[in-house]
Amino acid sequence: MSTSKVEQAGGAGYLWVDDRVPASKYLKKQLGKVFPDHWSFMLGEIALYSFIILLLSGTFLSLWFKPSMIEVVYDGSYLPLNGVKMSEAYASTLDISFDIRGGLLMRQIHHWGALFFVAAISVHLLRVFFTGAFRKPRETNWIIGVTLLTLALLEGFAGYSLPDDLLSGTGLRIAQGIMLSLPVVGSYVSFFVFGGEFPGTDFIPRLYTVHVLLVPGIILALITVHLMLVWFQKHTQFPGPGRTQRNVVGYPLFPVYAAKAGGFFFVVFGVTALMGGLFQINPIWLYGPYIPDQITAGSQPDWYIGWLDGALRLMPNIEIVFFGQWNLMLNVLVPAVIVPGIIFTAMALYPFIEQWATGDKTHHHLLDRPRNAPTRTAIGAMSLSFYVLLWIQGGNDLIANTFKINIFVITWTLRIAIFVVPPLVFVITKRICFGLQRRDRDKLLHGYESGIIKRLPNGKYYEQHQPISPEERAVLLARAEAPLPLPMPEKYDANGIKQKGYGVKKLQSRLSHFFYNEQVPMPTAAEIEEGNHHESELTAERNYEIDDARTKALAPHE
Amino acid sequence: MTYLLARRRSPWATAFLLLLALVGIGGIYALASGSTQAEATAPSASTTQIDEGRKLFLEGCSTCHGLNADGAFQLDGTIAGPTLIGVGSASVDFQVSTGRMPLAAPGAQVERKDPSYSDEETAALAAYIGSLAPGPEIPMPDLYDTTGITPEELALGGQLFRANCAQCHNFAGEGGALTDGKYAPSLTETEPRHIYEAMLIGPQNMPNFPDSTLRPEDKRAIIGYIEALRETPNSGGIDTGRLGPVTEGIVLWTLGLGALIAVAIWIGVKAK
Ligand code: HEC
Ligand code: HEC
Ligand code: HEM
Repeated sequence: MSTSKVEQAGGAGYLWVDDRVPASKYLKKQLGKVFPDHWSFMLGEIALYSFIILLLSGTFLSLWFKPSMIEVVYDGSYLPLNGVKMSEAYASTLDISFDIRGGLLMRQIHHWGALFFVAAISVHLLRVFFTGAFRKPRETNWIIGVTLLTLALLEGFAGYSLPDDLLSGTGLRIAQGIMLSLPVVGSYVSFFVFGGEFPGTDFIPRLYTVHVLLVPGIILALITVHLMLVWFQKHTQFPGPGRTQRNVVGYPLFPVYAAKAGGFFFVVFGVTALMGGLFQINPIWLYGPYIPDQITAGSQPDWYIGWLDGALRLMPNIEIVFFGQWNLMLNVLVPAVIVPGIIFTAMALYPFIEQWATGDKTHHHLLDRPRNAPTRTAIGAMSLSFYVLLWIQGGNDLIANTFKINIFVITWTLRIAIFVVPPLVFVITKRICFGLQRRDRDKLLHGYESGIIKRLPNGKYYEQHQPISPEERAVLLARAEAPLPLPMPEKYDANGIKQKGYGVKKLQSRLSHFFYNEQVPMPTAAEIEEGNHHESELTAERNYEIDDARTKALAPHE
Repeated sequence: MTYLLARRRSPWATAFLLLLALVGIGGIYALASGSTQAEATAPSASTTQIDEGRKLFLEGCSTCHGLNADGAFQLDGTIAGPTLIGVGSASVDFQVSTGRMPLAAPGAQVERKDPSYSDEETAALAAYIGSLAPGPEIPMPDLYDTTGITPEELALGGQLFRANCAQCHNFAGEGGALTDGKYAPSLTETEPRHIYEAMLIGPQNMPNFPDSTLRPEDKRAIIGYIEALRETPNSGGIDTGRLGPVTEGIVLWTLGLGALIAVAIWIGVKAK
């Protein structure tokens, strides 16, 4: 009886609320919202959950961390630093590590969490890129994403710099070097940021505000917008049976998706905590306090800044001196400012570049399989190889020492590779994509290779093909025929007058050819019919000959 | 290494130390009485040992270092081995007992390997070279024995290590790459005596730290810190090689993200 009373009371309370804030209808609709399912759609979630973990563990740390450059003499329980003079920031980080219960675990969770955060964003970005999820109408969310990535890098670097240990200071010193390399304004920027000479006493407190307030605040706001856009624009889905541009096939948000997502949060939390408990990360007590004239072998940034460090290590030492007194530090400016600037700008603008080049202005809610957008996939793979090469160079000294290779050999190999490998990767990826497309086409026409070898009456062997499943068929059929490249514009109109905007149009057509110059045609419905019905043992051989000729005709360059 | 450790308590060790002491005294005397007198005084320390050393030297080292240890050239005019006059017994002891000498093959760097000479032979070689001219001598055990080191000394050792050694040998003595295929080796297993000698003489591409830059008590503190690095268990769990953020990144991308993506795929499969 009493439960029913409670129930009644609850029901009444709900009605009371619903009467004033009419949420019932809204909730019913929203909770029933359908989400498609694919493991790669969880990558963004890993980023989201890592961010929550970072907020929680970071708050714990902020209770004890002292962002101050005041010099103190350490007398905590880590004996090998006893009596050493250091900044309060460093000393308080030692305290968190050795004298505050659970402090070291929290520090390690926070740091592993940060590595997870950026890694998850990066992989999420790759998923969005390679599947074409950034296409109209999701360009805004792509730009928000790139901004989030940039902010995540900044946030991570700020965090890495806070404890004022030897690696922190070394990283900041490099950052200051980059500021100084800016032409004309360099030294002013550095003085402004550091509040005087490097390292000074102002910077750590400033950085602290940036790290715990400014950047997380902006990230939080942007994530909110990001997710709202996913909500309203609906999630994309991979092609499959019954999946179209106009529907979303999947599970309702409540309870299925919510339970999954909730469970996954605990998995992410669990793995991060496990890493924090099992693996040492950033042992600042071994690095020692930052002293500007010290450095250690193997000074490296966290993995996500590694490619920038690699770019710096890759660049030859070129410096131009004007009139004997003004230096243009190309050795720093190019790898640390110009190249990253170009990369991030290109990344942010990519959806628009592709749209313009292909002239494709339609909405896309079905994802591309990477093979079905060969040029895009090749661009992505090429960029990835560029990134990885810089990354490798970022660890050149460790590679040299571990594998006993001359460090100059590594650097010079990579200097050449950075120009040779990405174009090669581009070409190879494109070929692989077309190869896969042809295989898909064959599957549609003749089914898959069953592995059963049959012998024809005339003594010849052939492999029996079997029809593919309806699911696979739906996936394969979903590849949209790529449009024809935009035609080259006429330079002069009928009256012999030069067309307005001719140059721009020409460029657009060039780019369009770059994207679409080569295609594997989709089989027509009639062809598929034929392929299926005539696949009898006796005609198998003939079909092969025809198919062979057809494939050759379609791909004249091969 | 273990070979040497195992022999530490053998009766020969006492004899060896005695000899060292004698050579040391001889050396100090030589220093005090001026270098011209060195040849006259040093042999009196132990003529038989020096003779023995000279014999070993002629057999194993003179092709490169010259019959009188004053260096030799190859046929093409390049140096086969530098002069050893004045390098001191510490240099010989370090080079020979870490197996660096006799040089096996020319390369970017003189590699450490299993020693080719016994302790006595090494001592004889050292005595012979030490007798030629004064130079840094094999340190007395109390100089590098760090038992009973105080926390203050340890902290000093850490500071000196980070200021003078970490730039090449890494913050935890794990070693690091230098230019042109050269490298600063890992210090995680080097014997205290060799650490002391290395600082004293600065082998090959390493700068030397004579007592005027690092006092003997500083050297001992550094050795104490290096030993502490080996012995103190890792706070915070399994280390990733004590090589800094690069290996941490590798662990993240393989173990960490690997685990999460595996779970994501598993959840995805469950759905079907
Ligand atoms: C194959 C030629 C070769 C042989 C054999 C050889 N050495 Fe050397 N030794 C060298 C060279 C070359 C160097 C200089 C290495 C360098 O600085 O990179 C050297 C350096 C040394 C040094 C350090 C000199 C200094 O300036 O500190 C000592 C000590 C030494 N050798 C002792 C010996 C002894 C003792 C033997 C015999 C057991 C020996 N070497 C055999 C080639 C040789
Ligand atoms: C400029 C870089 C550099 C610095 C600074 C440096 N070393 Fe070295 N160290 C080397 C190199 C290179 C070698 C290898 C020498 C050889 O080729 O024999 C070496 C060798 C050693 C060895 C011999 C290791 C072994 O197992 O054979 C010890 C011990 C050592 N160093 C200790 C120190 C200490 C202690 C300091 C600080 C006081 C220091 N080093 C500073 C470069 C350096
Ligand atoms: C703070 C970091 C980020 C968080 C927490 C985050 C979170 C999410 C989540 C949970 C989703 C929905 C699920 C999914 O598709 O994976 C999503 C979708 C999306 N994200 Fe992110 N993301 C972040 C960074 C980025 C970055 C760096 C980019 C790209 C540059 C990006 C671009 C997108 C796009 C375009 C979508 C819509 C994808 C679709 O509907 O298929 N996001 N994000």
